[in-house]
Amino acid sequence: MFTVIASLTEPFGYSFFRNGLMVATLAGALCGVLGVFVVLRGMSYIGHGLSHAVFGGAAASAVMKLNYFVGAGIWGVLSGVIIGRITRRRLIGADAAIGVVTTASFASGLALLNRYGQAKKSIEAVLFGSVLGVGRSDIIAVALVGILTVGIIVGLYRQFVFATFDPEVAQVSGVRVAVIEAVLMGLLSLTILVTMRVIGTLLISALLVIPASIARMLTNSFAKMLWISPIIGAVSAFVGMNLAYHIDTSASATIILMGTAIFIVVYAVTGVRGRARIGHVHV
Amino acid sequence: MTGAVLVDCAHISCAYDSSRVLQDVHVTIHQGDFVGVVGPSGSGKTTLLKAILGSIKPVEGHVTKKPQLRMGYVPQVESVDWGFPVTVLEVMVMSRRQGVRLPRITEQEREEAQLVLTRLGLAGLENRHIRELSGGQQQRVFVARALFHKPELLVLDEPTSGVDVRTRHEVLHLLADLHDEGVSIVLTTHDLNGLAAHLPRLVCLNKEVIADGAPLEVLTPHVLERTYGAPMEVLQHGGMPIVLDRAGEDVARRLGEMS
Repeated sequence: MFTVIASLTEPFGYSFFRNGLMVATLAGALCGVLGVFVVLRGMSYIGHGLSHAVFGGAAASAVMKLNYFVGAGIWGVLSGVIIGRITRRRLIGADAAIGVVTTASFASGLALLNRYGQAKKSIEAVLFGSVLGVGRSDIIAVALVGILTVGIIVGLYRQFVFATFDPEVAQVSGVRVAVIEAVLMGLLSLTILVTMRVIGTLLISALLVIPASIARMLTNSFAKMLWISPIIGAVSAFVGMNLAYHIDTSASATIILMGTAIFIVVYAVTGVRGRARIGHVHV
Repeated sequence: MTGAVLVDCAHISCAYDSSRVLQDVHVTIHQGDFVGVVGPSGSGKTTLLKAILGSIKPVEGHVTKKPQLRMGYVPQVESVDWGFPVTVLEVMVMSRRQGVRLPRITEQEREEAQLVLTRLGLAGLENRHIRELSGGQQQRVFVARALFHKPELLVLDEPTSGVDVRTRHEVLHLLADLHDEGVSIVLTTHDLNGLAAHLPRLVCLNKEVIADGAPLEVLTPHVLERTYGAPMEVLQHGGMPIVLDRAGEDVARRLGEMS
């Protein structure tokens, strides 16, 4: 018994693990909150695209020796602006614009790292995430974005719900839907920015989609989804990180697999009712 | 007697990209009006509603509203995401923002919502998910949301589209009651006999206003052919016009000849 407890608590003796665990758990909760809006608005592709766009910025920052948050943040905002401009011309749809801009950004990042960076190590770290090198600044960044996100969503709760459920009527009723959407995109970009180094570009969109989809199967209430989803995200991250240490697998992959396992169990347990609910989720 | 002007659409033209949907439309809504806008698909009915609501701006002309006009909008039920996780009460209060600082529904809001729900025959359903309601109840939830604002003008887009006869009667009686209580109403409809013919005023629209007046004045073969681009016959029954689609007769005759 003592050996089991000692084995389970062993990783907590390492500061890199404690830092990584803290960031991953906060990231799971944060992605869980925003994921509710992502899945109900059918924006999972945007989450996927934004993470790829930010990868280009992360690579450029590394090559130019700029602060990661500044470089990747500016790159992410620029990508969003370019997507908006292309979409406004109406010649191609938003999904195609996201596809072109974000994959171009992703490819630029790969090329930059190949040419100028310590390619393999840097690419793997950004693509798949790494708990190594996670420091106090990362914890503070995730915590600040988390506080900002919760504050904005609580303060503008009804506008967010109205604009998500029925944007046209919300607009007519005086909700500035474009502003709400811009705020949501901004929070999403910030979240991807501060969590990408741990979770990785390729898997971050899963952390946005899986906990919210599980929450949707468990409840018919938007308000309840907003607290069930972050709990599931945080639990997936906490358990996944610990499991990854013990079975020696990638932390981000194990976190996502943990979430997927919960999804399968809930999907099976909630039966037809849960499946009907998830059938209406736009993932 | 004509009441004060609530909305005046003065010779407005609206377009999506370069395609004109409304051309030089002049419609005035007065206090106490109950107006039905009829026309074929693509005739600009919903665009006219959006211009009245202010969600699209005319490329020509202008829409003038009574200052501080309170409007309630009921969208087409087909456009509603019925899988969205909200209860009846949450749908109603989501539009209330003044003085709201927290997501919590206040006791006062709950009481006000109860009054409206009871008024619309939805008492006891406030905690039900919107998908669990019948067609008539679903339509009334969105009317309830609009009424929660105590609107002077209620704007409805196809309120009887896709509903059965019983629900259509429920909706029509509800709207008549609201009108009796002083709410002015503008709605669009495809339903000439089941809904439009019962209203005090109709606007026949096909990119431009073809006719504007009482059903007996505007539901004529000439106006209907200009509006719908197809021949129609009009009978009278109990002082009300009944529109017959002659294209349907042609099809029935052909099928009869074949058998």
